[in-house]
Amino acid sequence: MRFTLNGAPAEVDAHPMARLLDVLREECGLTGTKEGCGEGECGACTVLVAGEPVCSCLVPFAQVADAEVVTIEGLGGEHPLQRAFASLGGAQCGICTPGMIMMAMKLPPNPTLDDVRLGLAGNLCRCTGYEAIYRAVLDAATETAETAEART
Amino acid sequence: MKTAVTPLALLQPGTLDDALAMLRDEGPLVPLAGCTDVYVTLNFGTQPAARFLNLWGLDELRGIGEMDGGLRVGALATHTDLQRSPLVRERLPFLVEACGQVGGVQIQNRGTLAGNVANASPAGDTLPVLAVADAVVVLRSAEGERRVPFNGFYTGYRATVMRPDELIVAIEIPRIDGDQWFRKVGTRAAQAISKVVMAAVRGDRPRVALGSVAPTVVRLPGVEEALARGAPIEEAQRILMQEVTPIDDIRSTAGYRKRVAANLLARWWASAAM
Repeated sequence: MRFTLNGAPAEVDAHPMARLLDVLREECGLTGTKEGCGEGECGACTVLVAGEPVCSCLVPFAQVADAEVVTIEGLGGEHPLQRAFASLGGAQCGICTPGMIMMAMKLPPNPTLDDVRLGLAGNLCRCTGYEAIYRAVLDAATETAETAEART
Repeated sequence: MKTAVTPLALLQPGTLDDALAMLRDEGPLVPLAGCTDVYVTLNFGTQPAARFLNLWGLDELRGIGEMDGGLRVGALATHTDLQRSPLVRERLPFLVEACGQVGGVQIQNRGTLAGNVANASPAGDTLPVLAVADAVVVLRSAEGERRVPFNGFYTGYRATVMRPDELIVAIEIPRIDGDQWFRKVGTRAAQAISKVVMAAVRGDRPRVALGSVAPTVVRLPGVEEALARGAPIEEAQRILMQEVTPIDDIRSTAGYRKRVAANLLARWWASAAM
């Protein structure tokens, strides 16, 4: 079955009912996406499908046919969100981090703290108490806004 | 994932007519839309079905449109689609609010209103809204279409009037006159399944529906009648306590649910004082 994975065309032979999460990790070797609860409660497996964050543990592979899928690997490692999570202690054990970052990708521009709290409400973290995560997301948003301003 | 996928079959119709023919000829099949309920049971090894029908690509079931002053919501409209729709935001602000409290954003992006109806949980967040709105469930099979009042759709706990060869193709929501009100009470604002969920309309005649307090979502005819004739709120609260039949479970107790439901009724009535 064909789809777009992190900007490149992909063709994977997997069962149509296989979870997108398992296809990404086991068939595509992209283990950045984590399994947390397996029931859509924790957000650890969040990826973007057609630009929208979804829980990849609840998506049958058949439903991403011809769609664009973006995982944490698609951000390349130097994305402002990735740098901010690393430098501001937004990650501790790291299991929730890829999902947090993929969800944060779709927050409104210049988010308020409330926007961040609401947007990330479907992502659970058992280490940080969230404060460092919110700081990292807000910091990355400021950096992105400043970069955009510098370019204009 | 406890359920091995190898024995599972997924039928992939190209059109709604294909899907209805498959349900007639190759059933029983469990229809799949956003999968946010079905995959929980698959992942936990509790899904009894092995044959599924993929509706996600049937674009003819998407879309939210106007209809006789009300709205017609296609079966594949997600909770996110509903929150973004200018029509829904203008006409049904309490449905927007309810959709915003389903799971987290990731779940709202996939879960559909029709799926919430079909899943038939007494705790479904959007269901009290559909109950007070006197919504209509549009069912179609290869034989034809029938329209079932939402308030007659459930026959018991997780049981509906749908036949195995039928699909929900749309939910029709008539125009609502009056102030709309919605409140969900759970352990946490996001993700938590409700302990009590209430929707109400204060117009010519008060309308009240509650979720998580009975085997199905319920309208409260006795409460509505009492409020319509001007009975004091304390009397309406006493009637409410008799009209609901909550249970003790992992999320709450029957006593808490009754007390909170009665409190919500009073809060709504005071906030919407005319």
